[in-house]
Amino acid sequence: MSTADRTDTVEPAERDDDGANGNGAAGSPRRGFAARATARLGGGLAQALLALVALFWLVPTLGLLVASLRSNADNNAGGWWQVFTKPSQLSFSSYSALLDKPDFVDSFWNTILITVPTTVLVVVIASLAAYAFAWMEFPGRDWLFLLVVALLVVPVQVALLPVAKLYGKIDFGGFQMFGSIAGVVLFHVAFGLPFAIFLLRNFFAAIPRDLLEAARMDGGSEWTIFRRVIFPLGGPAIASLGIFQFLWVWNDLLVSLVFAGTDSQPMTKWLQSQMRQFTGNIDILAPGAFLSLIIPLVVFFAFQRYFVQGVLAGSVK
Amino acid sequence: MAEVALTGVGKVYPDGTRAVTDLNLTIADGEFLVLVGPSGCGKTTALRMVAGLEEISEGRVTIGDRVVNRVPSRDRDIAMVFQSYALYPHLSVRDNIGFGLSLRKMPKAEIRERVERAAGILGLVEHLDRKPRNLSGGQRQRVAMARAIVREPQAFLMDEPLSNLDAKLRVQTRAEIARIQRDLGVTTIYVTHDQTEAMTLGDRVAVMKKGELQQVAPPQELYDRPANLFVAGFIGSPAMNLVQGTLTGDAANPRLEVGGQTLTLPPEVLADRPDLAGYLGRDLVVGVRPEDMEDAGLADAPAGAGQSDPGPGRTLTSTVELVEAMGSDVLVHFAIEAAQVVTEDTRELARDAGTDVREAQRTDLIGRFSPRTRVKVGDPVTISVDTGRLHFFDIDTGASVWGTGAAPSGKDEA
Repeated sequence: MSTADRTDTVEPAERDDDGANGNGAAGSPRRGFAARATARLGGGLAQALLALVALFWLVPTLGLLVASLRSNADNNAGGWWQVFTKPSQLSFSSYSALLDKPDFVDSFWNTILITVPTTVLVVVIASLAAYAFAWMEFPGRDWLFLLVVALLVVPVQVALLPVAKLYGKIDFGGFQMFGSIAGVVLFHVAFGLPFAIFLLRNFFAAIPRDLLEAARMDGGSEWTIFRRVIFPLGGPAIASLGIFQFLWVWNDLLVSLVFAGTDSQPMTKWLQSQMRQFTGNIDILAPGAFLSLIIPLVVFFAFQRYFVQGVLAGSVK
Repeated sequence: MAEVALTGVGKVYPDGTRAVTDLNLTIADGEFLVLVGPSGCGKTTALRMVAGLEEISEGRVTIGDRVVNRVPSRDRDIAMVFQSYALYPHLSVRDNIGFGLSLRKMPKAEIRERVERAAGILGLVEHLDRKPRNLSGGQRQRVAMARAIVREPQAFLMDEPLSNLDAKLRVQTRAEIARIQRDLGVTTIYVTHDQTEAMTLGDRVAVMKKGELQQVAPPQELYDRPANLFVAGFIGSPAMNLVQGTLTGDAANPRLEVGGQTLTLPPEVLADRPDLAGYLGRDLVVGVRPEDMEDAGLADAPAGAGQSDPGPGRTLTSTVELVEAMGSDVLVHFAIEAAQVVTEDTRELARDAGTDVREAQRTDLIGRFSPRTRVKVGDPVTISVDTGRLHFFDIDTGASVWGTGAAPSGKDEA
């Protein structure tokens, strides 16, 4: 009952610092030379091995890059590794030829017009829904959330035909859903939302309740709390969701094969249409594939730091 | 600044759990009221109902002249300090303190000025641009305080704001909270389970048990005239010693039989407590504060123990079981052969202390002796008891035995 009886809480800030220093020291407490040498060697070996595996995994991509920089004739004459002996083969001619094709450039823009709105819509709608599922009281909330989770297991394939039929019937004074960019976006958003809501809801629910209550006492409405507390704190989850969503939609072929028309087709569908069974047109496929690969990479590297950011440190206790 | 009043307030959760029952409390404008009780007694729930974070199932809460039952937290114009501090981790200290003001669309210059004034009061000026994660526990606590005072609200609500600090910092911060509250004169409701905090901070202290208010009184009155066994046992450290005894003799010459030993009561004990006469010949619960016992072997036992020469009938004898020297005084543990008091109140107290009460014919007592005592573990000891300062409780109801003549301040003034 007295104050002195209670155990004192350790302040997290101090604990963090101690932990950082402590781990380094604890790693090598008085071990023999042999043990330490083995550890170092093991560490080095393991790293070398991992680097090797990573390089091995990069070989096809490297091959693609090299192939995209060689002429069609060179590619047909021999494998991409010949470039090591004949570096003079490399040129940007395939790229400039590809970028001169208006249907490729159109498909590139279509990919962006599909991917960016989809990602934005999914993030915005899902974060609002996730906030409601995590922090607002309304009847049937848990059942509704269960339903959303249940939708996670519905495969895209089973919905293709019914949705295609439905789209066929939608015609707003000449605007046809089927074959339009809006139709593709809508389908992607619908199938992106269950996972997005699930992910964000669980992240938001882990935000300490006290923070929301403090904001409420400070005069915040639900909207203010969402915008000024939850959204900034949800940064890491929202960033990872955004990256994943972007990658999925950017790389999608199936949905666009079904729903996109010729003037709304994204790069993946256009590249697929350029595939020939016997004669190689590698001078189109390789640079096209490489271009479609480089932009998601840029997006990933731009946002990856949010994956690991511990924004919540120091908020409570 | 405003008066806060709770009238017949109750809280029942959807699953039927009852957290608060018929709570009546009026906190005067500028008053510092402490709600204290063991964990699970409903004190935090009561506070959260005032804050608007918990729906009010029954009764009425008013702040100023306004019934706020249906008013959302953000419009109640009150500020709260959370146990966890609940600082916004993504905002600097400056923005944390000014958050509420910016939500109220106050001009930037005024926010800046008020934030800096609040930071000045709490010694946070040099930390204004840091993030909460870079602050120590004590600094975070002060940011939480600053965030409350910068709003200049009608009332402060504090939910165990010191419980995450270490012991030394807690004492320091306690004094600081008392000072700030006095300077600002803002009505404050402060929840704690720590009776020391309650005693030192409160203008008045409200003791709760299992959702029910036990007593509201200024600290000293609570200590001197506890309304029942629970309050008696909860307030004070070490706690009041409680033993079963029998009141014998007659009105002119009352005696108390405790564990085969007899204490003579001064006649004024009965005069002050008219109801006590009704207990003659019956069992009751006797309470003795540790400081009302003294080593009788000390030639000049201080006046605090009542008499310099304890005559017969003013002493108990026992054997010392443990001696804890505190410097300023010595806590001496000993046992007498009196039955343990086992009531719902003492069970609740034991639960809070993390122990257990069992039916036993032996009760451990703690006396607070003068540091000059020379008693050692295993020594027989004669303890002089200030029989004029004993407390008496009904063994069945646990209520303090007083009487109409000198009724203790009842459950509530409301």
